[in-house]
Amino acid sequence: MTPEDHARKYPDVWKRFTPKETLVRYAWFIGIVFVAIWSLKRLEIPWFYFLDAHEQAADLVTRMVPPYWEFFTDITGPLIETIHIATLGTVITLLFALPIAFLAARNTTPNAATWFVGRFILVTSRSVNTVVWGLIFVAIFGPGPMAGIWSIAARSIGFVGKLIAESIEEIDRGTAEAIEATGASRLQVLMVGVIPQVLPVIYGTVVYRWDINIRESTVLGFVGAGGIGIILYSSINQFAWQEVSVMLIAVFGIVLISELVSATVRKRIT
Amino acid sequence: MLSITDLVKVYPSGERALGGVNLHIDQPQVVAVIGSSGAGKSTLIRCINRLVEPTSGRVLLKDTDVTTLSRRALRRARRRMGMIFQEYNLVERLTVMENVLSGRLGYVSSWQAYRRKYPPKDISRAFELLKRVGLDGYHNTRADALSGGQRQRVGIARALMQQPDLLLVDEPTASLDPKTARQIMRLLCELAHEQGTPAVVNIHDVHLAQGFADRIVGLADGVIAFDGAADELTPAVLNDIYGEEDWSKTIQKTPADQGKGKNRGTLERESAAG
Repeated sequence: MTPEDHARKYPDVWKRFTPKETLVRYAWFIGIVFVAIWSLKRLEIPWFYFLDAHEQAADLVTRMVPPYWEFFTDITGPLIETIHIATLGTVITLLFALPIAFLAARNTTPNAATWFVGRFILVTSRSVNTVVWGLIFVAIFGPGPMAGIWSIAARSIGFVGKLIAESIEEIDRGTAEAIEATGASRLQVLMVGVIPQVLPVIYGTVVYRWDINIRESTVLGFVGAGGIGIILYSSINQFAWQEVSVMLIAVFGIVLISELVSATVRKRIT
Repeated sequence: MLSITDLVKVYPSGERALGGVNLHIDQPQVVAVIGSSGAGKSTLIRCINRLVEPTSGRVLLKDTDVTTLSRRALRRARRRMGMIFQEYNLVERLTVMENVLSGRLGYVSSWQAYRRKYPPKDISRAFELLKRVGLDGYHNTRADALSGGQRQRVGIARALMQQPDLLLVDEPTASLDPKTARQIMRLLCELAHEQGTPAVVNIHDVHLAQGFADRIVGLADGVIAFDGAADELTPAVLNDIYGEEDWSKTIQKTPADQGKGKNRGTLERESAAG
């Protein structure tokens, strides 16, 4: 029976999915449940340790309070360094991400080879975590903020570049065509016809990434790439929980401020 | 001034958009190109400035064969052809002045364009044009704050900023309400005559074409089906261009006919006065 015959025979019956589609949907659901159970089994989680987890957590909190407030004077320097790492890393990101985005966008890249190079750089950058980039740059530059700045940039180029490239691909083609029709050069078409259209995305993405980078740069010190992370790491290792709580509060404050700045800037761009 | 010979465009899909078009414009006149959607109107004007690469044929602008130019020489030739679009195609986030001055991009360096440093005579011409198209005082308004009619006025000013030898106009009124459409069409034709610039205008609205153009060209399936004066359009000609239809309500009445349709007569007088 074709759907038309069926509709003629049962004019008051309507179902969104055919029986076959319904079956497939159930199969997907069962499949996902199966995968979840399988993962849990394979991880061999020692459930024994979970019995007193709530007590451990409560104990940790008691050891963290009261925060050792005097410690704040010791961390202001590294805290500011953390912000500088994030900011400089983001500036370098923009310098690299913009040209790479034009290579990686299908409508502005010169040919298939340049498109591939652009995409390859973006994928490489994004497939490695900031901390792993940190390990690599510590090996290259030695420990310190320089390694941190470059690892922030290395990871962010992929993020910022990908989003800008996608917005370049979505521009109004007509505007660029009109600029081209005036006899403008290729570079001028990009400058006048394309960039103004993607400028809000450039600003928005870069500020958003700066906000993420502030959070990421707080842990870069774990691998020796500068910032407050190194002190945080050593305080944790020394079980100096009252110092740790001061640092967590300070980082929380900075992240809150950077998020406020980023949200305000993004709201004001039109 | 413009001489098109045997122009053919076959798209990679195999679609034959233009099948040997011959069109010669030797005086500053407004040539309306009419025809159904898909008849090749857009392809025709885009082949003139090679936004679409023609498959074969010749396009002579004065003495330049546009079809054989290198990229660099083509950019120089494009400076002499102003283009106006259905969707205006302004840079929405830039101001009116920046949009009008972009008509001079072919004459300034990229660095100058980046710093918005245009020669003083360009700036004074831009102010004059803005006044002429009725946008006096709008130079610092962003394009996205304008109405459709105002945007098209900016589009016209940008094209004229090039001091072109030829205007290519693609459906200038199709996104506008009927009143604005008439105003824009009138402005466009006045300016073309004032500046002595011939204009090729693609237009859907047969009535507008008849009312404003000096000459009408009908395209059907990529070939020219009619080329003549506005009052030569008859139902038989429209049948050739568009296919069979009752055209009695479309064709503009000649003055002798006007007594028959009183309302139409009033409408025409109004539009002539406004």
